[in-house]
Amino acid sequence: MVSHLSTDAARRIAEAVPDPEVPVLTLGDLGIIRAVALSETGVDVTITPTYSGCPAMNAIGMDISLALGEAGYGAVRIKTVLSPAWSTDWISAEGHAKLKAFGIAPPHPRGTDLPVVCPHCGSASTSEIAHFGSTACKALWRCNTCREPFDHFKCH
Amino acid sequence: MTTGSITLSDDPLVRFILRRADDALVLGHRLSEWCGHAPLLEEEMALANIALDHLGQARALYSYAAEVEAAGHDEDAYAYRRDPVDYLNLLLVERPNGDFAHTIVRLWLYSAFMSLWWQAMTASKDAQLAALAARAVKEVAYHLRHASNWVVRLGDGTPESLRRAQTALDLLWPYAGEMLTSQPDEAALTANGIAIDPETLRQPWLQRITSDAAQAALRLPSAPFSQQGGRRGNHSEAMGHLLAELQYMQRAYPGAQW
Ligand SMILES: [Zn+2]
Repeated sequence: MVSHLSTDAARRIAEAVPDPEVPVLTLGDLGIIRAVALSETGVDVTITPTYSGCPAMNAIGMDISLALGEAGYGAVRIKTVLSPAWSTDWISAEGHAKLKAFGIAPPHPRGTDLPVVCPHCGSASTSEIAHFGSTACKALWRCNTCREPFDHFKCH
Repeated sequence: MTTGSITLSDDPLVRFILRRADDALVLGHRLSEWCGHAPLLEEEMALANIALDHLGQARALYSYAAEVEAAGHDEDAYAYRRDPVDYLNLLLVERPNGDFAHTIVRLWLYSAFMSLWWQAMTASKDAQLAALAARAVKEVAYHLRHASNWVVRLGDGTPESLRRAQTALDLLWPYAGEMLTSQPDEAALTANGIAIDPETLRQPWLQRITSDAAQAALRLPSAPFSQQGGRRGNHSEAMGHLLAELQYMQRAYPGAQW
């Protein structure tokens, strides 16, 4: 192993990989990197899948392997752990801010019943157009004030 | 390269997992048949999303079944290299889609049950199944919400949409009982807190269906739940056609990858 390689550095690299479906978020923002462990034979990265039907999970594993491989980490093994199940509560505060800046209304804490606020004008007068949006994690909403449509990252 | 069909273990836990994996795969396949044909764009996305959720659940369950069976099978072997008689899904999910109302009524009957089932399975003593359930229970809540909203809209819509929804319910009702029926080979797993006896979910399921149907102005059929057999591998003709399409590539070009 080369000396600049460390568990902390490997974790930072894995956490900086963008989510393939919502690239404004990193995997670190999303909160799915559970463990990174360096060993003599390479590096093991443990992730928790988000949605059962998320076709991005395979791509996420490849992207992590690629990023760590380029940084000289040799063999990268991706493991998945299901329990405890991922929820949108694991998305970081920074992730929320990035989603909002990108025009996606962030998810509420699970179990709360807050209004979905328009990411464009801040109005709380909004309505759902379609519960199933362009990806498994998003629903399509519309603002009743500025009339703009927007994506809402669903609570999960 | 092995090309023929695989032989399944008769381990009750493997069969228990495969039954639910097969339900998810077959229903996911049926829903995916709507791709490009849905009545409106939002519905195109919704049905595709719901199909993907089912495919994802099937994959996770097959992978776990492979781990438990430890016979060298993987998710692809289960999906592509079993004959109809070794598929253990409900007859309900293999019914052809029919019209949109028929597809939605089936999804409603099934999701109303599965939302109770996954909820109960979050307390399974099998940690892997409990973890899968924790994720699936959130997904099926959306499926049920979507399907029951549509059932109310169709039933309480125009005379034509009511007629189609009622016809679908009458046709599908005899198939709905199989998911509520205890399977003798699951008794030990239930006693050990790993499985759920579906019989215990019959009343809450009926309550939900009765309440939605009342809102939708639909009449619950009085016909008995006479159509059963999928759980034991006795399938309808539709299943052969479905698998012919689903398995064609791997049967014609075994092991093909791209
Ligand atoms: Zn607005």
